[in-house]
Amino acid sequence: MSDHAASHEALEHHDEDHSGHNSPEAIHAEKRKYLIIFFVLAVLTVVTVAVSRMHLPHAMAIGVGLLIATVKASLVAAFFMHLITERKLVFTVLAITVVFFAVLLWGPWHHVYEAEEHSKKVGAISTETPQQPAAQPAHH
Amino acid sequence: MELEIPYTVRPRPDTGLYNGKLGIWLFLASEVMLFGALFSSLVLLRSSAPDWPKGADILNVPLATLNTFVLIASSVTVVLAWANLRLGDFKWGRIWLGVTLACGFGFMIIKAIEYGTKFSHQQFPGTNNFFATYYMMTGLHGLHVIGGMIVFAYLIGPGAKMWKEKPNQYTNRVEITGLYWHFVDLVWIFLFPILYLL
Amino acid sequence: MGQKRQIRVGSQWLYPDEAQKALSEALRVMKEEGHEGEHHQGFISKYIFSTDHKWIGVQYGFTALCFLMFGFTLMLLMRWQLAFPSKPIPGFIAQFLSDANAPGGIMLPEFYNQLGAMHGTIMVFLGIVPLAVGAFGNYLVPLQIGAPDMAFPKLNMASYWLYAIGGVLMLFSFTLPGGAANSGWTSYPPLSIIATQGQNMWLLGMVFLITSSLLGSVNFIVTIIQLRAKGMTFMRMPFFVWAQLVTSFLLLLAFPPLEAAAVMQFMDRVMDTSFFMPSGLVISGRVLEIAGGGNPLLWQHLFWFLAHPEVYVLILPAMGIVAEVIANNTRKPLWGYRSLVFATIFLGFMSFVVWAHHMFLTGMGTVINAFFQTTTMIISIPSVIILTALIISLWGGSIRFNTPMLFALAFLPMFGIGGLTGLPLGLAAADIHLHDTYYVIGHFHYVVAPGTIFAMFAGIYYWFPKVTGKMLNEKLGKLHFVGSIIFINGVFFPMFIQGLAGVSRRLYDGGAQYAHAQPVLHWNLFMSVSAWLLLAAQLPFIVNFFWSIFKGARATSNPWQATTLEWAATTSPPLAHGNFAEMPVVHRGPYEYSVPGYETRDFLPQHESGEGQPPAVVTPAVLPLGA
Repeated sequence: MSDHAASHEALEHHDEDHSGHNSPEAIHAEKRKYLIIFFVLAVLTVVTVAVSRMHLPHAMAIGVGLLIATVKASLVAAFFMHLITERKLVFTVLAITVVFFAVLLWGPWHHVYEAEEHSKKVGAISTETPQQPAAQPAHH
Repeated sequence: MELEIPYTVRPRPDTGLYNGKLGIWLFLASEVMLFGALFSSLVLLRSSAPDWPKGADILNVPLATLNTFVLIASSVTVVLAWANLRLGDFKWGRIWLGVTLACGFGFMIIKAIEYGTKFSHQQFPGTNNFFATYYMMTGLHGLHVIGGMIVFAYLIGPGAKMWKEKPNQYTNRVEITGLYWHFVDLVWIFLFPILYLL
Repeated sequence: MGQKRQIRVGSQWLYPDEAQKALSEALRVMKEEGHEGEHHQGFISKYIFSTDHKWIGVQYGFTALCFLMFGFTLMLLMRWQLAFPSKPIPGFIAQFLSDANAPGGIMLPEFYNQLGAMHGTIMVFLGIVPLAVGAFGNYLVPLQIGAPDMAFPKLNMASYWLYAIGGVLMLFSFTLPGGAANSGWTSYPPLSIIATQGQNMWLLGMVFLITSSLLGSVNFIVTIIQLRAKGMTFMRMPFFVWAQLVTSFLLLLAFPPLEAAAVMQFMDRVMDTSFFMPSGLVISGRVLEIAGGGNPLLWQHLFWFLAHPEVYVLILPAMGIVAEVIANNTRKPLWGYRSLVFATIFLGFMSFVVWAHHMFLTGMGTVINAFFQTTTMIISIPSVIILTALIISLWGGSIRFNTPMLFALAFLPMFGIGGLTGLPLGLAAADIHLHDTYYVIGHFHYVVAPGTIFAMFAGIYYWFPKVTGKMLNEKLGKLHFVGSIIFINGVFFPMFIQGLAGVSRRLYDGGAQYAHAQPVLHWNLFMSVSAWLLLAAQLPFIVNFFWSIFKGARATSNPWQATTLEWAATTSPPLAHGNFAEMPVVHRGPYEYSVPGYETRDFLPQHESGEGQPPAVVTPAVLPLGA
């Protein structure tokens, strides 16, 4: 349980769950992988700027921009952060977080979206916070 | 008082994690929620605004693109630092940490130039919500960059003493800081297109 | 089994075999560290900046109890104003109030609003959460799972001090011109944006408190997952630990949006941004010179995204405490342990998707209203499962009516009332009538006051002997209980009556100027008198608490004959360094009471290897429990 402070602590004891991954050859191979990923990320950055110059229709521009960003982020997460070899526990925590993240992004937006749709429907002047009378027949 | 806490360095067998690694992932989960709130605010404000300028028209895309390269490069350098430490090579580990720190400095300097230019054009957070969200999100991100830089400075400087007595624990600390740093890079990977390009 | 004599070792009273264990541990440590000298630790690093979870728990506990008392007095002041609107406050109290707040002893509406906003803020963020999580959680979780300390002791220390600083900032705000924050604990813009300086201090204080909570929650989760002793599987953990685990996840993931929102509100106030400020606002006849384009509802969403999970943060540790006390004082295992665990996990998850039931009247539209109404109804299911399991746990039990058990038993119907009264609030149609009335105040106070706070009392009476090595006096405890249960119902039950009549919240005259409030106005006096009597009922507790620390009956290590590790595997108080003389190994679940076939005792501690083995810590078969 206790790690005694010896000056030549064998680094093989370091990651028991990465047994074999700590050999010098494995680490050098990892380094090469990092440089390749860097190159891919750099290219994707150029692509994303180039695509933005194409003046796509708004919705498509957002979609493509987010898609490229997601790919880049996934590469960073999977390889630089080693998520691809990480434990299930970490994945579970992150998966739950992503669900809540999605809910947080959806809720406020949908509120304003629906309120605007309603105010357009009833012909009210569009403001950020339209009034909705209490006794309203349900629609939608 | 130095109490020996189990699994500080060696992973616990059934979870496969050492304490710091689980800790940093949990912290990063909370950071996802923090930036999530900011993205949520941006979505709400932008989608309900009658008009909203295009980032590319107002913001400095070339500088921000350069900053993106700087940050991605720093992500590579920190993971190279960690790889070298695992090989037992403290010298190159420290060098790569230094490069990472330098990249962080570079990022902040470019950011300062960006902000400075805007201020000189009377473009402040209070000018309109485009700028409010821009300053808010890049500002909070920038604070996170500075936070990371402080930790790197510590690891290169006074914190490096730990390598002699407890190299594995030191390597773990670099790994954990690296994970945080990658997250900061991740946030920028989304911020850049959303604020500057769309 | 006769009572063995205890001997004094340092500041503790130990049975001989405990003393022997402690002594051999001390010798081992000294040999390892290679010096025979005294292990001298300075006062500052031992008591001020301690990294020992037990002392940090005590720091949290003491600080939180002080804040609870302060928040209570704020409410007592408010209740004067509600009972006797615009009548001068009695001189012996009014002398402490400045002319800016209560000239001539007559409370200004602005001051009333400060009291209201700060009462809520202080009770929730400076009182209950630090007590439930910071104090009870910190002290007990490492002990109950058999760990030497928390996973990150220094981070733990930082969490406490961030809380303390946040608390000081909040208190300091009362001294600013314009006083403390006065826009409700909910700080809704636009009002909060144009409010006085105290609001800035509120926002800054919240940032400190949130950061403290975040660091603390990381610590708890890592500790529970990584530092469980050998044999302590997840399903052998005391339910209290499960409650703390889920609570920590709530804090971890729900707080950050509020931190972001607080920064945005700060920017709105200080840098003239318009995150939450709509265009065209006119205040006192003047058009506000801001960019506009913001949305006050954005604040509400971000605030409630935290504040709803926050209420589960308030209740879950309380349920954990009640479960421990019930199992121990019924001398039988908890009914439905697995149901409790899964209900708690499900509750935690659902708590993130119900928040907008606080916003039914903001014009969200039928889709969102229906969504949140549905999730809110669903979330009542795990709450009911937990309450039912606790109630069924009483069936067939050999119940001991000591003070902790009295408070734990009272929790059940009180939380029941709180929970049931929440149901109409969760239904959008009924909420139209009830939103922002006293009904809401009654509902949530039932859950938090005779709910959570009673559970906290139960916990204090239960674990006091472990922390201090002394017993609290039972007679005073029962007196405290009787007074509290009577008067707390007197304060909060009439609120349902007033709320159903339509009396709004946050009215500094208690509704006096409204025609529809007239028939129910007389309840104000009744509630205020109940509140002041409730204060009186706390005096036996305060006296008992301080007196017993010094002069209380000496407690053995396991006075309640409990099974969980914090009782059975270490001394009272626990051995300072590393908690256990030797790290425990766990052999069974946490509530092995009245184990069939076990002749000598009616409980089997978690760490004992089997019947017939002498217990590691000697406990007499029959123990006189206090007076």
